[in-house]
Amino acid sequence: MSDTLSRRKLIKTGLVAAAGASGLAVAARIASRYGLIPPDHRGIYGIGETLTYATQRLLTSHDSLAREFSRSDISSIAPVNGEPPEYEPYLRHFAEGFASWQLTIDGLVAHPASFSLEDLKRLPSRTQITHLACEEGWSYIAQWTGVPLSYVLNLVGVLPQAKYVVFFAFDKKFDSLDMFDAWHPQTLLAYSMNGQDLPKRHGAPLRVRVPRQLGFKSKKYLTHIEVTDKVTNIGSGQGSSSPDKGYSWYGGI
Amino acid sequence: MRALHRLDSSRFSALVRITHWVTTLSFFGLLVSGIAIFIAHPRLYWGETGGLGTPYVLAFPLPFMKGGPSGWGRSLHFLSAWVCVLTGILYVLSGIFTQHLRRNLLPEKAEPFWSSLRRVASNHLHLRRPTEEDSLTYNILQRLTYLTVIFVFFPLLIWTGFAMSPAIVSVLPGTVTLLGGQETARTIHFFVASFVVFFFFVHIAMICLAGFTARVGAMITGRRVTKVDRP
Repeated sequence: MSDTLSRRKLIKTGLVAAAGASGLAVAARIASRYGLIPPDHRGIYGIGETLTYATQRLLTSHDSLAREFSRSDISSIAPVNGEPPEYEPYLRHFAEGFASWQLTIDGLVAHPASFSLEDLKRLPSRTQITHLACEEGWSYIAQWTGVPLSYVLNLVGVLPQAKYVVFFAFDKKFDSLDMFDAWHPQTLLAYSMNGQDLPKRHGAPLRVRVPRQLGFKSKKYLTHIEVTDKVTNIGSGQGSSSPDKGYSWYGGI
Repeated sequence: MRALHRLDSSRFSALVRITHWVTTLSFFGLLVSGIAIFIAHPRLYWGETGGLGTPYVLAFPLPFMKGGPSGWGRSLHFLSAWVCVLTGILYVLSGIFTQHLRRNLLPEKAEPFWSSLRRVASNHLHLRRPTEEDSLTYNILQRLTYLTVIFVFFPLLIWTGFAMSPAIVSVLPGTVTLLGGQETARTIHFFVASFVVFFFFVHIAMICLAGFTARVGAMITGRRVTKVDRP
């Protein structure tokens, strides 16, 4: 190999590396600006999480809907993972039929508010028959009725700097959605399953249903919703309790 | 005298070698993480839904490993999948551009397809060791096998993977409806992955038969190292 050739090769490699590095820096800035970086982006797995999340965010739109099924497709068996909270105050609320239960919504909203179960049931509702896939591999189809989260967000008036909607639950865990999924028409605050009040094991009195993500993102046993611009100050700062147990924040896979 | 004769002619291009080993690495990542995900629920179903208490296609006699391996398993699976897919795209595009696919993987025109297939199959059945000439190029069975893995198995794995993603299905519902359901996609994903694992073991066995050090050396250095017995 001649000297000129190897020098040319060296310069070329250097230029490609420099272009690559600056390209990555620009990409990271653009990605952060347009909300393409998930809260659990750190570490080696964070690279994969970020690539998947950013790609799926660019691919999906507000109008791309999870498939909806007919009544005859509803599964006779609807498994769950984990047991309902077996401690106060959940047991007391359950015994009272959730009569004094209230859902509080605050944070970056113009009018923080609390809703009883009856208040929520009086709001416009949406009923959808969708597929729920657990990250473990099992799945079922069920009918869900609830108030679209977007309707409640409009009622309380979300401030423009909002980036996440965080859900807190009786089981002391939390999870969050980005505004993209929070505003999605199929994202429900569901109080009914297959025409009945939400069963205890399925998250009574109220759970989230996010049919464009895996089952674990549909948080059960809700108590409190907070609209925020950052999740770094909640829990371990990765947007949900799941990353602490090794599960990703984003479940659209 | 036994002499190690090194040929200057390049057997594998740098791009083929790099993509080969990166794919190998991502293959192990995908395999280990695939098992980690699968053991959370080692049962396979057909149709849209399935779970404990519903009819199944196949149930492995394994415990259900809940709350653990499937967490890091998913993270490693999708990280490895990104590496594998991006490497695969680079390999196929460069393979078209450099004519590697046409020259080295499509069946050769020189010899009629069926007669070359018969000749190679007979060599294998009689357990004839490959000659030095054989290691210069891929025979018809190798070509068909590699083409199947690259253009049938990997695309099927990606497709069935997409069909299991609720977000992708919301944009491309056909990915899952054409297969007949999300659990069907999972089951096909499992069996195609099993075929790739089977390919891996046959691939290793063939390399051992043809001379492990020489063949792996060729895929690392790009040079063909031949051992020639000289009187």
